[in-house]
Amino acid sequence: MTDHAATASPVAAVGRAEPQRGSSLTRQRVRAAWTFLLPMIVVLSLVAGWPLLSTMYLSLTNASLGGTTEARFVGFENYAFYGPNLQDWDDELGGYFVYYEETDAALVYDPRSRNFFDLDTEEAVDSFDTSRTAPYIADDGRWILVPLDDGAAATALSPYGEEVDTSVVFSWQGVLADAQWWRSVWNTIWFSFISVTLELILGLVIALILNANMPGRGLLRAAVLIPWAIPTIVSAQMWGWMLNDQYGVINEILLWAGLISERMAWTANPSTALPAVIAVDVWKTTPFMALLILAALQLLPGEIYEAGKVDGIHPVRMFFKVTLPLIRPAVMVAVIFRALDALRIFDLIYVLTSNSRDTMSMSIYARQQLVDFQNVGFGSAASTVLFLIIATFTVLYIVLGKVNFDGGR
Amino acid sequence: MTNRTKRRLWRVAFYVLVTIIIVYTVFPFYWAIVSSLKAGSALFQVDFIPPEPAWDNYASVFREQPFARNILNSVIVASVSVVLSLFLAVTAAYALGRVKFKGRGALLLIVLGVSMFPQVAVLSGMYELVNALGLYNTLGSLILSYMIFTLPFTVWVLTTFMRDLPTELEEAATVDGATPWQIITKVFMPLMGPALATTGLLAFIAAWNEFLFALTFILSNDTRTVPVAIALITGGSQFESPWGNIMAASVIVTVPLIVLVLIFQRKIVSGLTAGAVKG
Repeated sequence: MTDHAATASPVAAVGRAEPQRGSSLTRQRVRAAWTFLLPMIVVLSLVAGWPLLSTMYLSLTNASLGGTTEARFVGFENYAFYGPNLQDWDDELGGYFVYYEETDAALVYDPRSRNFFDLDTEEAVDSFDTSRTAPYIADDGRWILVPLDDGAAATALSPYGEEVDTSVVFSWQGVLADAQWWRSVWNTIWFSFISVTLELILGLVIALILNANMPGRGLLRAAVLIPWAIPTIVSAQMWGWMLNDQYGVINEILLWAGLISERMAWTANPSTALPAVIAVDVWKTTPFMALLILAALQLLPGEIYEAGKVDGIHPVRMFFKVTLPLIRPAVMVAVIFRALDALRIFDLIYVLTSNSRDTMSMSIYARQQLVDFQNVGFGSAASTVLFLIIATFTVLYIVLGKVNFDGGR
Repeated sequence: MTNRTKRRLWRVAFYVLVTIIIVYTVFPFYWAIVSSLKAGSALFQVDFIPPEPAWDNYASVFREQPFARNILNSVIVASVSVVLSLFLAVTAAYALGRVKFKGRGALLLIVLGVSMFPQVAVLSGMYELVNALGLYNTLGSLILSYMIFTLPFTVWVLTTFMRDLPTELEEAATVDGATPWQIITKVFMPLMGPALATTGLLAFIAAWNEFLFALTFILSNDTRTVPVAIALITGGSQFESPWGNIMAASVIVTVPLIVLVLIFQRKIVSGLTAGAVKG
């Protein structure tokens, strides 16, 4: 939904010629207004407010898709915590399964009480010399307590508070400690910055051409509307076919032109995958940018340009000194709408390069955790961080860029 | 170089640029059409005009998956969510566009904010809601979840339209003793036809194209909508996608949209830019 960028502006305008304040007519109108608004507010709270809040709540739990047990509140563990690897949490045991090698004991470690319990008797175990053991995860996924050599490196506190070498088991975990998450954030920001910049430049060029008085303008406008009308999934498939490594027409054309010496796997190659996604996005969304800029251009008074012509000012100078400053408010609005759309990109990347790490966006990452890995708590935490990143960006942009949703009115 | 040849050169350069832009915007879709008309091994030859157009791909799209059903699903989901949204939005837009009250600006900002929401931010909460209402794997799940963008969008655009209607009409009606409800239904609705059509069309396109919720809340082939169906088309071979079928399916769902957009292009452009242009 990028489509309402330019319709941006009821915020500032207010009904004209209101009856006198405090009159019964005004009160009646205000009451009617709230009655009219109520259904919309109720539905919006149901489909937007409630899911947003419940996503935020889920991010504080260890909920999983198809989980058999009730989700447990875990605080901010999905975001970041330093501790034992949560993957080995066993819901039925209510702790981590631990095997004590020396006495052949099956134990459960409960990180909340920081105690070990016997698996069968559920009694706390403190009979062995805890100061001389360290837990680690064996290849089969079990936790194993091993006696420490006298010379073992002691770098952290064990669950008992003793200094032991726990680096194999304890580490920073959670979304904020996941390198792949930060890679996705970086991919998304890089993608958004490059594609919105290219769209802005190309959109400006197309808008200026459409604004010029020339024959065939209608044809150009119709042509420009085509990419806009094509569903994103369809454009992703179309370009996926054109970029195909063996039979793609783009390889064919570039080979013919001598620009490449062999066929390229554009979407699979780590160095070209993100540029390929950007190219498709630019093709698809430049028309939107062009139409919004065109609308702003058509508002400019023609007299300025005539005056400029009379004074002999060069058209290029005219563009940078007069046109650009005048359309700046509209351009700022168009850019924020496009940027918000780019920052949540999902479908284009999902179809073009699927779950490849080289192009994974924040949305792809969050959905992969939620649906593919069924890790609802962790995925919700990623969703929430994504939401906060985008919200922060929006506020900064609006404040620093002095964006006026009034569209330059 | 005389001034005249200089101007002529500029002209040529200008039209070369225009041609490049047209080729750039139109060629990918043209190539999809050409590819969809190539059957068998002809698909793997680079011919810019299909030597012998074949309709095999179009037939197999409908044979190999419930594609007609998918189209129907998309039509149902998009229409119902747009109609519901318009219904709720008309009264809301009247209140937001024509009545001065406390909290109006904040409400409008919330509406705008929700319409630009990253959908993934509500995905797990929406999944819970859909499950709680027993809508998982039904079209109802999509109608419900699409309201998150169709409703704020229609409210926002209709508010700009509402605001620009002449005040005199409303004043005259008020003097005649009309209630706000009568003003909406008797005075404004007849004037809102074009605005409703444009807004509805834009919201319809957005709902028609939605992918994330449709991919997540629907499991069975029969209940899928068009974008998911096209994204998940796989042929007999798991190594190479059936590109002919994919292109045929793409053309089938895109041609109606392009025709609609070209017919309504003036309306759409003005709908997109209504708020910015007027005033």
